[in-house]
Amino acid sequence: MASGIRLDKVRKSFGGTEVIKGVDLEIEPGEFVVLVGPSGCGKSTLLNLIAGLETVTSGNVLIGGQNVNRVPPRDRDIAMVFQSYALYPTRTVRANITFGMETRRVPKDAQEAALADFAKLLQIDHLLDRKPGQLSGGQRQRVAMGRALVRQPAVFLFDEPLSNLDAKLRIEMRTEIKKLHQRLGKTVVYVTHDQIEAMTLATRIAVMDNGHIRQFADPATIYENPVDLFVAGFMGSPPMNMIPGRLFHENGQVFVLPRGARERIRFPLDGPAGQGEGLTDGREVVLGLRPETIFAAGAKLPGPNRYLFEAPVEVVEPTGPDTMLVFQIGGQDLVARVRPEDAATPGAAFRFEVDMGKAKLFDADTGRSL
Amino acid sequence: MRARRTDGIVRASGPGARLLRVLLFVVLGLFCLYYLFPLFVMVSTSVKSLAEIREGSFLALPRAISFEAWAKAWGSACVGVRCDGLQPYFMNSVMMAVPAVLLSTLLGALNGYALTKWRFPGADIVFALMLFGAFIPFQVVLLPMARTLGQLGLAGTVPGLILVHTVYGLAFTTLFFRNFFIGVSDGIVNAAKVDGAGFFGIFFRIVLPMSLPAIVVTVIWQFTQIWNDFLFGVSFTVGDSNPVTVALNNVVNTSTGVKEYNVDMAAAIIAGLPTLLVYVVAGAYFVRGLSAGAVKG
Repeated sequence: MASGIRLDKVRKSFGGTEVIKGVDLEIEPGEFVVLVGPSGCGKSTLLNLIAGLETVTSGNVLIGGQNVNRVPPRDRDIAMVFQSYALYPTRTVRANITFGMETRRVPKDAQEAALADFAKLLQIDHLLDRKPGQLSGGQRQRVAMGRALVRQPAVFLFDEPLSNLDAKLRIEMRTEIKKLHQRLGKTVVYVTHDQIEAMTLATRIAVMDNGHIRQFADPATIYENPVDLFVAGFMGSPPMNMIPGRLFHENGQVFVLPRGARERIRFPLDGPAGQGEGLTDGREVVLGLRPETIFAAGAKLPGPNRYLFEAPVEVVEPTGPDTMLVFQIGGQDLVARVRPEDAATPGAAFRFEVDMGKAKLFDADTGRSL
Repeated sequence: MRARRTDGIVRASGPGARLLRVLLFVVLGLFCLYYLFPLFVMVSTSVKSLAEIREGSFLALPRAISFEAWAKAWGSACVGVRCDGLQPYFMNSVMMAVPAVLLSTLLGALNGYALTKWRFPGADIVFALMLFGAFIPFQVVLLPMARTLGQLGLAGTVPGLILVHTVYGLAFTTLFFRNFFIGVSDGIVNAAKVDGAGFFGIFFRIVLPMSLPAIVVTVIWQFTQIWNDFLFGVSFTVGDSNPVTVALNNVVNTSTGVKEYNVDMAAAIIAGLPTLLVYVVAGAYFVRGLSAGAVKG
């Protein structure tokens, strides 16, 4: 059975510093929620509050509709996977996995059956008699997962479980975690600083910053409609280009004039970004353009909301499937993602084409989406 | 922990370097001799007969090896008015040192665990105060301790001495274990909490088995301290309950009869053997554990 989780005005202070500043969050049973944010934003603390490894300063934590503020971790029907795996070094893999069942006095044959099931599922059945020190990083990761899975709790908590793995293994394990979730259907709360992990795994993402949740929505919404500059800048790699500028009108059309731009470059807001309220002349704004919405002119069929401009290429960064072109507008570095065959040489003038239909507009003072 | 090989490092060669190396080993050899010399004198004197000691030089090798002095020191030398040798007092020391070492090590481990893994407000102050205990000169506590033992009805007994050594050993054992546990990941304790184990469950089933190096270091340290202690032994025990160190003093410092150097030497070696044995058996662990604690603390 999967349980929902509700956080109700949760606050947490360590000494005089407030780390969690009033968080409300409602997680449905069976959801895969990723808490993502830069280091120090409070995401791991929030997970520890759900686990009961930290006590809330104020507010309520509810698991399965029950207030668990005063319930110790072992009685919350949760299991947790830690960043450092936290395997018990003196116990064998088998004893690591069954420890939780031992302390709960699960009958021996039930323990064996559960162990056999999950060891097979995670492909660690040949490692059961080894000590954690004799395992590779990926194997330790699997054992840590096995230890969490075997008890079949209502909620799984993951604290940056993949950050100690090398890149290739991380992608493999990411897929496996997603498969496991689809198969078991348990509620998962997953902490990471890796926005790609967040995008790929989550049914919903909570973007955290400085003790607050900035936005809680499904991955597509987070990516396509970020509520503010922080969310827009955090999600996406390379990050969204942020162009500070001023609004002006001409012939019934709204334009953004980039600050400090010597070239005659002005971005027409003819997509949804130009439909907002209060787009008055002279208003200070930030124009957000994702790198993949800027490409080589003529590389794709021209759509309705295209804007063409020319700028010299400063740096060329091939990644394989795409090539990043770094150029400047108003002294600020911007990145365009182009097809490798369209790449130019550094220093050469290049004709860029922007899909203004995907442009985002933010208020320069508040950072809020307009 | 795997020992890192350093013997593959490229060294300077040539006559100058070779000369320096020879010089290095000569100096090391001299220091070694200087250090081992007293032991040689003790061992060789203990197997000589009294006549040979009187006639010959104390540097000379024994002409004939005899273990009579050893037998006497162990079984029939006079300690005060009792002439049963060191044996009963040696047993006193064993009866005192073994429980005192085990108790102070276990309690120190528990302290270190609570101070690092179940942190409470004021934990650092408590630790600082305990550390202070490591620097108190023991002469200061003799009188209050004597009074306490008297009130508890333990004055002049081996259990009384066990209590004293356990209490005054706690400062060091707590320090050793705290510094070891501070290097143990909190995640392991958190994982065990989520897995359903409590304070003592985590301590005995997860944390204590992990701390074998710290246990070895602490046991060696405590055993050496407690076995070699003279001050508490002479202050808090009387006659039959004396530890071997006090008895040794009584054998050697006797003012009556002939001075039996061979028996004195044998008795001193007997009194020192257990600590020597512990060092030899667990010496490798000792060095490894000390440096591990130093790095992690």
